[in-house]
Amino acid sequence: MRSTVVRSTFDRSVPVWIATAVTLVLLMILPLGWLGWVSVSSEQGATLANYVQVFGDPHLQKALWNTIVLAFWVGTASLAVGVPMAWLTGRTDLPGKRVIRALIMASFVTPPFLGAFAWVMLAGPNAGLLNKIYRGLTGSDDPLMNIFTMPGLIFVVALYSFPYVYIMIVNTLELIASDLEEAGAILGASRLRVALTITLPLAFPAILSGFILAVLQALALFGSPAILALPAGFHTITTQIWSFFQYPPKVEQAAAFSIPLLLATALLLQLQKRLLGRRGYAGVGGKTGARRPIPLGRWRWVALAGVFAVLACTIVLPYAVLAKAAFAKAWAQPLSWDNLTLANFTFTFFEYSATRDAVINTLELGIMTATVGAVMAALLAYVTNRRLVPGHQALGFLAVAPVVIPGVVLAVGLFIAYTRPPLVLYGTLAILFVAYLTKELPVGYAQADTTFKGVHPELEEAGRILGAGRLRVLREITAPLAKSGIIATWCFVFIGVIRELSASIILFTPATKVISVVIFDLKEEGQFAAISVLGLFMLAMTFGIVLLMQTALGRDFLGAKD
Amino acid sequence: MTRMVSALVAAVVILGSAAVAAAQDAALVEAAKKEGKVVWYTSLVLPSAEKVAKLFEAAYPGIRVDVNRTGSQRILQKILQELQAGIKNADVVHTSDAGHFVLLKDKKLLLRYLPQGIDKFPAGFKDKDGYYFGLRATVNVIAYNTRAVAAADAPKTWKDLLDAKWKGKLVTAHPGYSGVISTHVLALVHLFGWDYFKQLAQNKVMITQSAADPLTVVASGERPVAVNGGEYSAYQLKKKGSPIEIVYPKEGVPLVVSPTAIMAAAPHPSAAKLFTDFTFTREIQQVMADSEGLYTGHPEVKYPTDKPKMTELKLLPVDPEELEKRNEEIKKRFVEFFGA
Repeated sequence: MRSTVVRSTFDRSVPVWIATAVTLVLLMILPLGWLGWVSVSSEQGATLANYVQVFGDPHLQKALWNTIVLAFWVGTASLAVGVPMAWLTGRTDLPGKRVIRALIMASFVTPPFLGAFAWVMLAGPNAGLLNKIYRGLTGSDDPLMNIFTMPGLIFVVALYSFPYVYIMIVNTLELIASDLEEAGAILGASRLRVALTITLPLAFPAILSGFILAVLQALALFGSPAILALPAGFHTITTQIWSFFQYPPKVEQAAAFSIPLLLATALLLQLQKRLLGRRGYAGVGGKTGARRPIPLGRWRWVALAGVFAVLACTIVLPYAVLAKAAFAKAWAQPLSWDNLTLANFTFTFFEYSATRDAVINTLELGIMTATVGAVMAALLAYVTNRRLVPGHQALGFLAVAPVVIPGVVLAVGLFIAYTRPPLVLYGTLAILFVAYLTKELPVGYAQADTTFKGVHPELEEAGRILGAGRLRVLREITAPLAKSGIIATWCFVFIGVIRELSASIILFTPATKVISVVIFDLKEEGQFAAISVLGLFMLAMTFGIVLLMQTALGRDFLGAKD
Repeated sequence: MTRMVSALVAAVVILGSAAVAAAQDAALVEAAKKEGKVVWYTSLVLPSAEKVAKLFEAAYPGIRVDVNRTGSQRILQKILQELQAGIKNADVVHTSDAGHFVLLKDKKLLLRYLPQGIDKFPAGFKDKDGYYFGLRATVNVIAYNTRAVAAADAPKTWKDLLDAKWKGKLVTAHPGYSGVISTHVLALVHLFGWDYFKQLAQNKVMITQSAADPLTVVASGERPVAVNGGEYSAYQLKKKGSPIEIVYPKEGVPLVVSPTAIMAAAPHPSAAKLFTDFTFTREIQQVMADSEGLYTGHPEVKYPTDKPKMTELKLLPVDPEELEKRNEEIKKRFVEFFGA
C-alpha cells in the first residue's frame, strides 16, 4: 500500500517536472545563458571589455539616461491620469462609466507603436493636424506641441501605459471596504478629505505597483521611441540594442547593454511583488455590502470632460487620423473628394506582396502561441492550484518568471542561442513562436490561475466522492467550469502576439515577416497610407478577438460586470 | 561578291545567335517555371519594386516575385545574418550601396552571371569580373516645399544648407539605412570633408531612414527642405502634384548606381537569371525612366523631357571599393554628429 502511494506521487510529478524543465531550458535558460556568456566573451576568452565599452561610451550613456527619464515620467504621468480615472469610475457617480471603461480597454489593447505613428500625423510640429488647426486659430508661428521630443515621447507612451495603473487601482478600490470612508464622512470630513486621507492611503500599495507596471512598460518599449526619438536624434536602450544589430553587427555589445535592462526589470518586479504581498491593510481584502457612489455634484461634468479629453488623445484622435490617412491620397491634405481614394487598400492588400505572407504568418503564430500558451498555462495553473505535485509553488513561480525579460532582451538571447547549432531556429517561424510563448506565458498563467481559483475544489471533491476518477472529474466538472476562463486566456495571448514588435524586429527574416514588422518597415520608408491601412486591419482583428473574449467571459476583462 | 558573302555570313551569325538565345531562353523559362518563384531583396522604393515585379509576373505567368523591400543596409544585415544561420532565401539582391557588392563578391556569395544585352551598358554600370551590374541610377538632390519656401529663397548649393536660417527646417535620411545616402555622404565628404556634416548637424536636422522619406516629409510640409534624397522619389512626388521642387546643386550631385546580383546560393537560380535578364531589357529600363524617374545605363532608353539628362549634370561618382572600406566610418560619424 505504502509503495503504491509513493509510486503514484512519483508517476505524477516526474513527467510534469521534466516537461516543465525542458520547456524552461528552451524558453529561458538557454537564451539568457547565452546572453550572459556572450556579454563577457571575446576572441581572447572571458572579458569585461564589452561592458567597459558600452558603459564608457558617452552616446550609450545618454541612451541609458534617456530611458531612465522616459520611464520615470511615463510612470508619473500614468499615475496622474490613471488614479483619478480609476477613482472617478470606481467610486463616484460619474455618468457614462460603461463607455469610459470600453474606451480605456481599447487604449489597453491598442498597439503603442500604432499610437505613436498616429501622433506623428497629429502633432508633427509642422504638418501635424492639431498643430495646423492651432496655427490657423491663433495665427501663431510656433506649434502647439512637437511630438519629436522627449516630452512628446513621454506623452504618447503614457497614453498607452496608464491603463495598467487604472486596472490596478480600480480592482483595489473594489476591495476597499467603504465603511471606513463612510465613517470619515459621518465624522464630518469632506469628500476630498475622505479621498485623500482614507482611500488614498489604503490604495497606496496598488498605486505604487501601478507606477512600477507603467515604468516597466516604458522601459521595454521599442516601437514608440523608434518612431519618435530617432527622428529627433536620440536613442533609448531598446532602440540602441536594436541598432547594434546593424551591419557590422556588435552582438556582444548588444548583450552587455541588455543586462542592465534585465536587472532593472527584475528588481522592479520584485519590489512590486513585495508591495502587493504585504498584508496588514485591514481595510483591504473584503467586499462589504452595497456601496454608495460618491456624488460629484457640479464637478460631474468637469470630470467627465477631463476623462473624455484623455480618451480623445488615446483613441478618438489617433483612430480618426489613421482612418483619414488610409482613405487619403496625401495624408497631410484636407479630406476632400479629390483627395479620397481606395487605392491604398488595393495597394496594401493586392499589390504589396509582403502583406499576404505577413498576415498568414501573424495569424499562424497568433493561433499557435495562443493555443499552446493557453493549454500550458491552464495545465500549470491547474497543477499548482490543486497542489498535484510536490514543489507546485516553484512551478507557479517559473511560469511567471519570464515576465522579467523585456522583449528586446529576450530577442537578443534567442538570436544568439538559436542562430547556432544544434538548434538553428533563426529564419523560421519557430523562433518567433518561442519568443512569443515566453513573453505571453506569464500573462496567460495569471489569467488561468484566476480561473482555477474561481473553480472551487469542493465541486471536484464531490465528483471524486461519487466515484469519478480524476480525469473524469477534470472532463466533466472542471473543464466546463473553466472553459470561459481558458478561452479568455487564449484571447489574451493572441492579442499580445499580433501586436508584438520589440522581439520580432530582431528575430524576423524576410521570409518570416509579421504584420508589426511590415508596418515598421513601411514606417522607415515613409509609406503612411499603407501603414494606416495595415494598422486599421490590425485594430479590427484585435477588437474582433476582444468581442469574442467578452462573450466568453460575460464581462469586460478589466474586471467589471456588464 | 565578297561583300555579299560577308553580309550573308553576318546575317546567318545574327540569326543563329538569336536562335541560340531563343533556345536558351526557352530552356531557362522552362526551368524558372519549375522553380515557380524568385525572391528579390530590393531597396528600390516599394511602389516601383512592386511595379517591376507585377510586370515580370505578367510576362512569365506562373513565376511569382517575392518582393522584400527595405533599406540597403538592412538588406546587407539580413543577408549576412541569414548566412550565419545557414539560411538560403535570397535569389536576387539589389541595393544602392555599391560597396555591398564588393563585400559580397569578396566573400564569394555572388553568382557570376552576365545579363542579356549588358555589353551595351557603359563601364560605370558593370563589374569587371561579371558579378554585379547597375540596374538603375539616381542622384542626390536638395528638395523644398514650394508652399513654405519661395523659389528665390530656396537653397541653391549644398553649402547654403549650413546657413543658420535653416535651423529646425531641414530633414535628412540615414546612411545606416539607405545606400543612396551612404553614397551621398561619402561623395560630399570628398568634396567638403566631415566638417560639412558636423556643421549641418548644428541646424537640428530631422532624421528619417529611407532616401525616399525626406521627400515625403517635405511634400507633407513637416519640414520645408530636404538636405538629401533620391531624385527619382522627388520627381515622382512632383509628378503626382505634391508641392515639391528639386534643386540640383552646382557643386555637383552624388551619383548613385544601384547594382543587382544573383546569390551563389540562390534557391531559385533559373528564375533569378530570368528575372535579372528581364530587368535589364529595354522595356523595363524604359519603365524605370518613364514612370519612376530613374536614370539607367541602357543606351536606347529615352528620358522624360521635364528633368535634366544625366549628361547635363555635374556628377559626383564614388568608388565602390572605397564605399565598402569606409562603410562603418560613415555610419559612425553620422551618428556622432546627428545623435541617432
